Amino acid sequence: MKKTNVIKAENLTKMFGEFTAVNAISFDVKKGEIFGFLGANGAGKTTAMKMLIGISTPTSGKAEVAGFDVYKNAENIKKNIGYMSQKFALYDDLTVKENITFFGGIYGLSRTQIKEKRTTLINELGLQEVSNELVSSLPLGWKQKLAFSVALLHDPKIIFLDEPTGGVDPITRRQFWEMIYKTAHNGTTVFVTTHYMDEAEYCDRVSIMVDGKIEALDTPKELKKQFKVDSMNDVFLKLARG
Amino acid sequence: MKRFIGFIKKEFYHIFRDRRSLFILFGMPIAQIMLFGFAITNEINNVDIAILDKSKDATTKEIVNKISSSKYFSNREAIENEAEIASVFKKGKIKAILIFENDFNKKLIKEQRATIQIITDATDPNTANTISNFINSILQKYQQEINKDIKIVYQIIPQTQMAYNAELKSVFMFVPGVMTIILMLVSAMMTSISITKEKELGTMEILLVSPIRPFQVIIGKVFPYIFLSVINAIVIIVLSIFIFKMPVRGSLFLLGAESILFIINALSLGILISTISETQQTAMMISLMGLMLPVILLSGFIFPIASMPLPLQVISNVIPAKWFIIILKGIMLKGIGITLVWKETLILLGMTVFFIALSIKKYKIRLE
Amino acid sequence: MSIKIEHISKSFEDVTALKDISFEVNEGELFGLIGPDGAGKTTLFRILTTLLIADNGSATVAGYDAVNNYKDIRNHVGYMPGRFSLYQDLTVEENLEFFATIFGTTIEENYDLIKDIYVQIEPFKKRRAGKLSGGMKQKLALSCALIHKPKVLFLDEPTTGVDPVSRKEFWEMLKRLQQKGITILVSTPYMDEAALCDRIALIQDGKILEIDTPQEIVKHYPKKIYDIKADKMYELILSLNTYEHNHSVYPFGEFVHYTDQRDDFNPTELIQFLEDKGLENISIQPTEVTIEDTFMELAR
Repeated sequence: MKKTNVIKAENLTKMFGEFTAVNAISFDVKKGEIFGFLGANGAGKTTAMKMLIGISTPTSGKAEVAGFDVYKNAENIKKNIGYMSQKFALYDDLTVKENITFFGGIYGLSRTQIKEKRTTLINELGLQEVSNELVSSLPLGWKQKLAFSVALLHDPKIIFLDEPTGGVDPITRRQFWEMIYKTAHNGTTVFVTTHYMDEAEYCDRVSIMVDGKIEALDTPKELKKQFKVDSMNDVFLKLARG
Repeated sequence: MKRFIGFIKKEFYHIFRDRRSLFILFGMPIAQIMLFGFAITNEINNVDIAILDKSKDATTKEIVNKISSSKYFSNREAIENEAEIASVFKKGKIKAILIFENDFNKKLIKEQRATIQIITDATDPNTANTISNFINSILQKYQQEINKDIKIVYQIIPQTQMAYNAELKSVFMFVPGVMTIILMLVSAMMTSISITKEKELGTMEILLVSPIRPFQVIIGKVFPYIFLSVINAIVIIVLSIFIFKMPVRGSLFLLGAESILFIINALSLGILISTISETQQTAMMISLMGLMLPVILLSGFIFPIASMPLPLQVISNVIPAKWFIIILKGIMLKGIGITLVWKETLILLGMTVFFIALSIKKYKIRLE
Repeated sequence: MSIKIEHISKSFEDVTALKDISFEVNEGELFGLIGPDGAGKTTLFRILTTLLIADNGSATVAGYDAVNNYKDIRNHVGYMPGRFSLYQDLTVEENLEFFATIFGTTIEENYDLIKDIYVQIEPFKKRRAGKLSGGMKQKLALSCALIHKPKVLFLDEPTTGVDPVSRKEFWEMLKRLQQKGITILVSTPYMDEAALCDRIALIQDGKILEIDTPQEIVKHYPKKIYDIKADKMYELILSLNTYEHNHSVYPFGEFVHYTDQRDDFNPTELIQFLEDKGLENISIQPTEVTIEDTFMELAR
């Protein structure tokens, strides 16, 4: 059975005045895939991702996300994707429960759905004892796991993760990746943007952006083979240094 | 010394590269003084008035005619009793009400005196004042006319009453208040923001881990603002003198010295605020709520202290701006010298020393 | 001894940031403090740079006591805090000049120390610091921290948020600085940077897990690690977690790092187990221990 593509981008371009931030990138992401979207700061990752999640209109090119066109159906795209960034994910001054209820409401879940999801989520993450504590009092790792689960509340087709595990301790980080594997296993596509190359090693396929263009796209294993190096970090160094 | 100069140079870079703070620094004083100055105008024309004529005799009719025929007033309404006064004013059109007492003509002839009550809407105090002056002069003229051919002197006594704002203020009275606000704003808020900015950006950490002493940092921070505040004070005074023809009756030297004292007082408050706030936002909130509001509300700038409830009167005593406004009014408007404001000056000086001592005590050489 | 830390503890309200930390850094050493966010790295840096006072214990830097001789320390150390802490509205040159002045020196006086770092950003010296790229900001911050020729350099997470190319260049710069006799204490959450230090301390939850050279630390790992791979990653992890003899199962890039409880572990037995679970294309290969494996083993 051939898996369907949930993200299709064809010559997607974004220009700011004379400056080409994203230069005719083309790629497909399959259902249930963990796709790494790599690049240095300023390579155009964020701009490209903003076009895919429907908050920035491309200058030219085509893109379809979760079956919807980025030009015409941006609102439908937003309903079908989840987003989590390391910088902002949850409200620190709300409790665990309040955060879940709030985001559930934002995603348009009904009251009973929210209640149901809240209970399963808290049980799955083992947060029963702290469900009425402020999120600010939780350890970083717990926060991130909770944020990830909250971004999945509305069962999105694709979840976009922006540098999800920077700075987290190695064990929590593994637990986090196990959650990502599980999500992908359940059929949700995971789109990870990062400039941390060790996060890239976990992805099914990765693309590397340099100066607005996708310079490499393959599985980490193939890329390492192609560049004759041992790690994604070295692949990146070879690419960026030309 | 080289360190200090280097530091001050850097501060001026910050100030001149930040358009927002530049605007606050130089745009605000000019805008404020202009606003206060031009919003309060001395000209009146075709002001609507109402008449409550309780005697309705020949004399009152003549007086009403005289007034209505002048270009300044038009008689819009006749009311029947005192109860209507408030509702007439509330509609907002009528700016003054003339009340003739009962048996006006009879009294004028029998007792040689009769009373007209003039009530003005003093929400705009300047207009109110002008209106009552104009009416008075019309009455005086009329008095002279009727007294010309009669031997007995009839006296019409106008009783002026200003509703809603007992203490009159004019543009001259506003200048000291505006100057106080601006010096407070520039000195206290800008310094506290500029110090907390270093905390917020993390540069304070680097400055602490360097040979520069904390007091050098503080003096380096406040020095540019002393300089800028003095310029501001000069701008305000010059504007008031040349555009609003405000007389400065007292010594300019004393005015300058008192201003510098107040600036230092405000700067030390700014430092104090910066020691208790971690972010620029907090510093700004504390400056606005803790300094600006009391300056505007409790210093006697807008609301006369004498008519405040007692607790507020007591609180007003700890507000430096109150004393500075008294000093400024004294020097600028009454032309008095240090012999008459030494008490206020001493209070201001005491407060300044206290705030400086407190901020030195509070100032941290470490992060906590 | 350039830095000496003895039984340092520090708490903030109800959070214990550091618990009885002791270690020494030799003169001219490049010493790494490796641990995740919230491990206490920044608190320790702040105690050593005299910004905080420890609740217990003592520390000396370049021979000066961190509490009593704080002024001397402030004269002799360079400090680069975790976030970019320069004046964004000042140009590259103005920033450097300012820091030179407050340390009572000039750019010319110590130019040779910063030369090979500063030349890379010199073409942009008229640009405001806020407009620089991440890598350039970091080079400017390092130049500013070095301008007074410090004896000890404290770098708190200098490579966080910086792309791999700039990271690599940064570590190369540190190596060259070390050759000039400057003692460097650097902290990082990236385990792969540990190998670039002379010695490292692994730190988590305010406690030191181990201190040694990177080579020795991986040698101390008690188990043999296997790279396991199969077609379906998620099922592989689930299956391994149910295997009764497992000691640890951690996803590690495209592999799972697996250790067994038994000393005489037999891979074929595990392959059989996994095949019974329905997994395909299974491979089990012995692999080298990394600092990250050690860290996880110690933090368990």
